[in-house]
Amino acid sequence: MTTTHDPITTFEVGGVGHSVLRKEDDRFVQGAGNYVDDIVLKGMLHMAILRSPVAHARILGIDASEAEAMEGVVAVVTGAMLEGYNLAWMPTLSGDTQAVLATDKVRYQGQEVAAVIATDPYIAKDALAGIFVDYEELEAITTPQQSLATETLIRDEKEGQTDNVAYTWEAGDAAITDAAFAAAHRVVSLESHYPRSHPSPLETCGCVSDVNPITGQVTIYLTSQAPHAHRTLFALVAGLPEEKIRIISPDIGGGFGNKVPIYPGYVVATAASLVLGKPVKWVESRSENIISTGFGRDYHMTGSLALDEDNRITGMRAAILSDQGAFFADAQPSKFKAGLFHICTGSYDFGAAHVTAKGAFTNKAPGGVAYRCSFRVTEASYLIERLADKAAHEIGMDPTEFRELNFIKKEQFPYHSPTGFVYDSGDYHGAMTLAKEMIDYDGWREKQRNQDPDGKLIGIGIASFTEVVGAGPSKDYDIVGLKMFDSAELRIHPTGKAILKLGVKSQGQGHETTFAQIVAEELGIPANDIKVIEGDTDNTPYGLGTYASRSTPVGGAATSMVARKLREKARKLAAHLLEASEDDLEWEVGKFSVKGSPESFVTIQDIAFAAYTNHPEGMEAGLEGVHYYDPPNMTYPFGTYIVVVEIDQDDGTWEVVDMVAVDDCGVRINPMIVEGQITGGLTEGFAKANMQWISFDDNGNCIGSNFMDYLVPTAWETPKFKLGETVTPSPHHPIGAKGVGESATVGSPAAYVNAVVDALWSRGVTNIDMPVLPHRVWGALNGVDAKP
Amino acid sequence: MYPPAFEYWSPKSLDEALSKLQELGHDGRVLAGGQSLIPMMKLRLAAPANLVDINNLTDLAYVRADNGHLAIGALARHADVVDNDHVKTISPTMASAAPWVADPLVRNRGTVAGSIAHCDPEGDWNSVMLAVGASVVATSTSGQRVIPIGDFVVDFFTNSLAEGEMVTEIQIPRPTGSAGGAYLKLERKIGDYATAAVATFLDLATDGTVSNAGIALTAVASKNLKVTEAEQMLIGQTPSPELFAEAAAVAAAACDPESDVRGPAEYKRAVINAYTKRGLAKALAQAQGGAS
Amino acid sequence: MKVTVTINGTAQSADIESRKLLVDFIRTELGMTGTHIGCDTTSCGACTVLLDGTPIKSCTMFAVSADGHEVQTVEGLKNGELHPLQVSFKENHGLQCGFCTPGMMLVGKALLEKNTSPTDDEVRWAISGNLCRCTGYTNIVKSIQAAGAAIEGN
Ligand SMILES: Cc1cc2nc3c(=O)[nH]c(=O)nc-3n(C[C@H](O)[C@H](O)[C@H](O)COP(=O)(O)OP(=O)(O)OC[C@H]3O[C@@H](n4cnc5c(N)ncnc54)[C@H](O)[C@@H]3O)c2cc1C
Ligand code: FES
Ligand code: FES
Repeated sequence: MTTTHDPITTFEVGGVGHSVLRKEDDRFVQGAGNYVDDIVLKGMLHMAILRSPVAHARILGIDASEAEAMEGVVAVVTGAMLEGYNLAWMPTLSGDTQAVLATDKVRYQGQEVAAVIATDPYIAKDALAGIFVDYEELEAITTPQQSLATETLIRDEKEGQTDNVAYTWEAGDAAITDAAFAAAHRVVSLESHYPRSHPSPLETCGCVSDVNPITGQVTIYLTSQAPHAHRTLFALVAGLPEEKIRIISPDIGGGFGNKVPIYPGYVVATAASLVLGKPVKWVESRSENIISTGFGRDYHMTGSLALDEDNRITGMRAAILSDQGAFFADAQPSKFKAGLFHICTGSYDFGAAHVTAKGAFTNKAPGGVAYRCSFRVTEASYLIERLADKAAHEIGMDPTEFRELNFIKKEQFPYHSPTGFVYDSGDYHGAMTLAKEMIDYDGWREKQRNQDPDGKLIGIGIASFTEVVGAGPSKDYDIVGLKMFDSAELRIHPTGKAILKLGVKSQGQGHETTFAQIVAEELGIPANDIKVIEGDTDNTPYGLGTYASRSTPVGGAATSMVARKLREKARKLAAHLLEASEDDLEWEVGKFSVKGSPESFVTIQDIAFAAYTNHPEGMEAGLEGVHYYDPPNMTYPFGTYIVVVEIDQDDGTWEVVDMVAVDDCGVRINPMIVEGQITGGLTEGFAKANMQWISFDDNGNCIGSNFMDYLVPTAWETPKFKLGETVTPSPHHPIGAKGVGESATVGSPAAYVNAVVDALWSRGVTNIDMPVLPHRVWGALNGVDAKP
Repeated sequence: MYPPAFEYWSPKSLDEALSKLQELGHDGRVLAGGQSLIPMMKLRLAAPANLVDINNLTDLAYVRADNGHLAIGALARHADVVDNDHVKTISPTMASAAPWVADPLVRNRGTVAGSIAHCDPEGDWNSVMLAVGASVVATSTSGQRVIPIGDFVVDFFTNSLAEGEMVTEIQIPRPTGSAGGAYLKLERKIGDYATAAVATFLDLATDGTVSNAGIALTAVASKNLKVTEAEQMLIGQTPSPELFAEAAAVAAAACDPESDVRGPAEYKRAVINAYTKRGLAKALAQAQGGAS
Repeated sequence: MKVTVTINGTAQSADIESRKLLVDFIRTELGMTGTHIGCDTTSCGACTVLLDGTPIKSCTMFAVSADGHEVQTVEGLKNGELHPLQVSFKENHGLQCGFCTPGMMLVGKALLEKNTSPTDDEVRWAISGNLCRCTGYTNIVKSIQAAGAAIEGN
């Protein structure tokens, strides 16, 4: 088994494999981070948004005169006013249009109806009570099933829309799959709802829009995971010249997909600044964040596996009905309407799969963002890992053995999946073996066999996930037409220090450190001598941003490649300095030396100095470059998680008593940061499995719209994790890294749920949907339908 | 989130506070820890015209063992009763509940008396007080009255204070024999209100029979619910698991929970049943000097 | 209303509206933005400050109520050198986006003043009024314990 990649650099240089301490932390631990809400501009006004109290209603009239008359109120903005600027509607990331401020109807509770601009945020909030909206309530459609059955049209403004279907999509091969099922010895099926959930980074979304009335320069400080794409969208939506738009995404207090879309508030604040000639700040409250901005999941899934008599999987079917809310706003590559859900064949080797997906509009907030997930990989991984566990239980086989029997073998990579992916590398058996060993799997099974049937029930759950991340090769991947490459620009200064500018944008992942380490690895310049700049569209090269675990696979690769470009130029400079031929030079971290005479060398710092002071005739001065990296393939991180739970039969509560997570994300650039991403992700997974969800009543009222009701675990509930690793480098990534920000969120939910179901299997329980709330467990044990 | 405007008063003495409350009458409201009131104001669910801040009345920040009872002053914070020796000896039920009220930071600010005055049926303290037979001292410019907790808790967010009156002290009687108590709370996470909770209290006579018993329930009725019938079943009896099971069944039947996102009514009843049994068993073990 | 609050050792006077929350007073009036806002319901602790040494949520207190009291914010942790908690959060990767970090450190400080060697569970209990969406808490716990050890070592 491989372990951490042995560093080739010293700790002082801090290249790949070193747990270099984070450069960004100095400012954060001193309270000197600079988040959007910390920004104060001269003459800045404050915006508050009036939201719909009902889920579906026609707007008959809006009277804002009382608000307008209040002291300190500068303006009230309505949809009718925005129509005058052609800004009442805006495009979504999935090619639909979304209301900025509602004009005709409101389509979900919390939808933006009007905005107050005032001199003080307290006054702006007060003034909302002075706006009166006349609503004529309509039938609220709260489930996709209801949506497909009803005559009521949610999107009646759309020409040609005759039903509530947002999209349909399929992948794989129906005929081959039908044949596999026809020949099956056994079919295992599961119906499951992956509930609506919200990323809820601790910092909510917001902006400060500053349109200079004289120069026309538009500067927007934005909680943005994708500043470049947002600049382009702003240019397209508002018809503003792109060179005059500058998006600055300062420190971001967590993103998790929530900060990928453009929200109405940003557009209204910018329009208001444009009209008023003053900067306008809008920072949403937590309730606004949860009820109106990008949710994740909400997939109703039906899956089945065909098995042969040797318990080998021969085929898979999956059908999805997705709840899109009122607008189709998934942040995902345009070609794939259900994201990368077709990775649902997971870690298993079989040749037939067919996936169908249909999305329905409902009277709920739009979103469908990749919540700490590479575009619906989370839902896919959950389905296959729940199915695999169910199959093992139905057969009466140990779930780890069932998986080992069906895993794709190490030597089968690159592996062509039946839905069209080419898995780059993997060693699924290795991760499983390590996980079992670390948790003493056999020991726990023994304890489970000997447990007191009236006491706490032990359950053991496994998930062996395969993710697909790093979108992506431009032939297949784009968002609203923008190809999903990413970029890095590297400037090495005469004294050997460097600035690296990136198209991606950290929200806490530690890019300022990790990306400097990649340069350190490639050039031997100490990571601490490299400043990393992101999130300012005027000062960084174009890129698609950070989400879907794409920063390391794409932005990281771009960084390697630009460093290698400069190394080639450095070789020429070294040849000049050493008066040797380029072919006679040897590179070893940080220096070129003459082959065979290692005492004759120049360091990268010497070379940098020469690039500005003593470059050969005919060569361009300087040591700078830029690289746009178009990945040849996606990367496929994987791992095995094993969870042990104990269930209290009286109240249905369950507790994680042991847990091991073995992750393989290829080469780990900064092991400390990687582990931090994993513990964070495992906690997210636990949150979703245990408590975190958004539900709605029959009238479309959102239940779970603040942190008293939308439950986010504290340190007290959060399990304690043991981490393990294997390293199977990506063969196509310049440094073999795969991306890890989301593996644990993707992989762990099924492990937790499998553990609870494992404990209850002998009591006839075969499924409990997430979140596995205590009353649902109790209901399952006692045969009571414990909805919701 | 921003609260609406109000007039602020910050009296430096109890007398000053009482005069101000008297003067403001219906328009005056006490601001204690603010841990219920301020969130409600921020969500614009409350808009009091005047707030009389009692945080400077530091004389009221006590937790004392007085003759015959434990006395909790109006400015004692939740944190002051966590791990407090007087509380542990006089009221094991209270000691058991204290760490599970809200979260550590809210406990540093919110007051026990404020919580009792607030009468949120999901609040924990009123169940504890109902189980242990506490009294509320209400004070106004015209004097003091001692209100039994059962009369103080009227309904959903409603207490029996008169205009101009404020709570100055909570009194918890000392048990007469060897006593035990527990507060078992089902919450979904730290900082969550109870899905259901049970306060239990047992006072044993020297012969081991129950001389006094308390059972009260949280979040399963429109107010914290004292289950007198179940208490009466225990008094005078020799405790046993069977007896506890009967009392628990009565408690489960007495409550009237709503079905909601925390679970259907029958689930909450089942939890009340199980927790009443467990709580009584814990109280008994403690009263008998065993492990709690 | 005129108030005087001692913030990080310096008396600060201002004339403020009674409804101004302490957190807004600190952030906008005093321009100290290390104290954050993460929720509307007193749930997250991003706004944690020490009031006379005790951690409280500054979004759930009126600034006028702080009149005559001492408030410590994250900006007051460093005393010439970084506070041991600031060092240990860096060294143990106790933060990612940094939004919860000021609150976590201040709660940690109050805890360590009572007990420099808290167990894992004692730390988890102490920080259970503070949410973190990034770290999964593991390294926050480690950081606070490590700071305790460092303080003890001194
Ligand atoms: C995140 C969070 C979680 C919580 N979880 C729980 C929980 O699990 N269990 C629980 O029981 N509580 C919980 N609470 C509420 C908390 O316990 C409050 O502290 C308590 O309910 C109110 O006490 P206070 O001192 O903060 O009162 P305030 O908020 O100041 O006042 C509440 C009400 O009582 C009145 N009042 C206060 N003091 C007096 C007095 N002396 N005389 C007359 N009237 C008075 C006020 O006028 C007001 O109407 C939680 C609060 C928060 C923010
Ligand atoms: S902002 Fe104060 S607790 Fe969340
Ligand atoms: S580090 Fe981001 S919320 Fe804690």
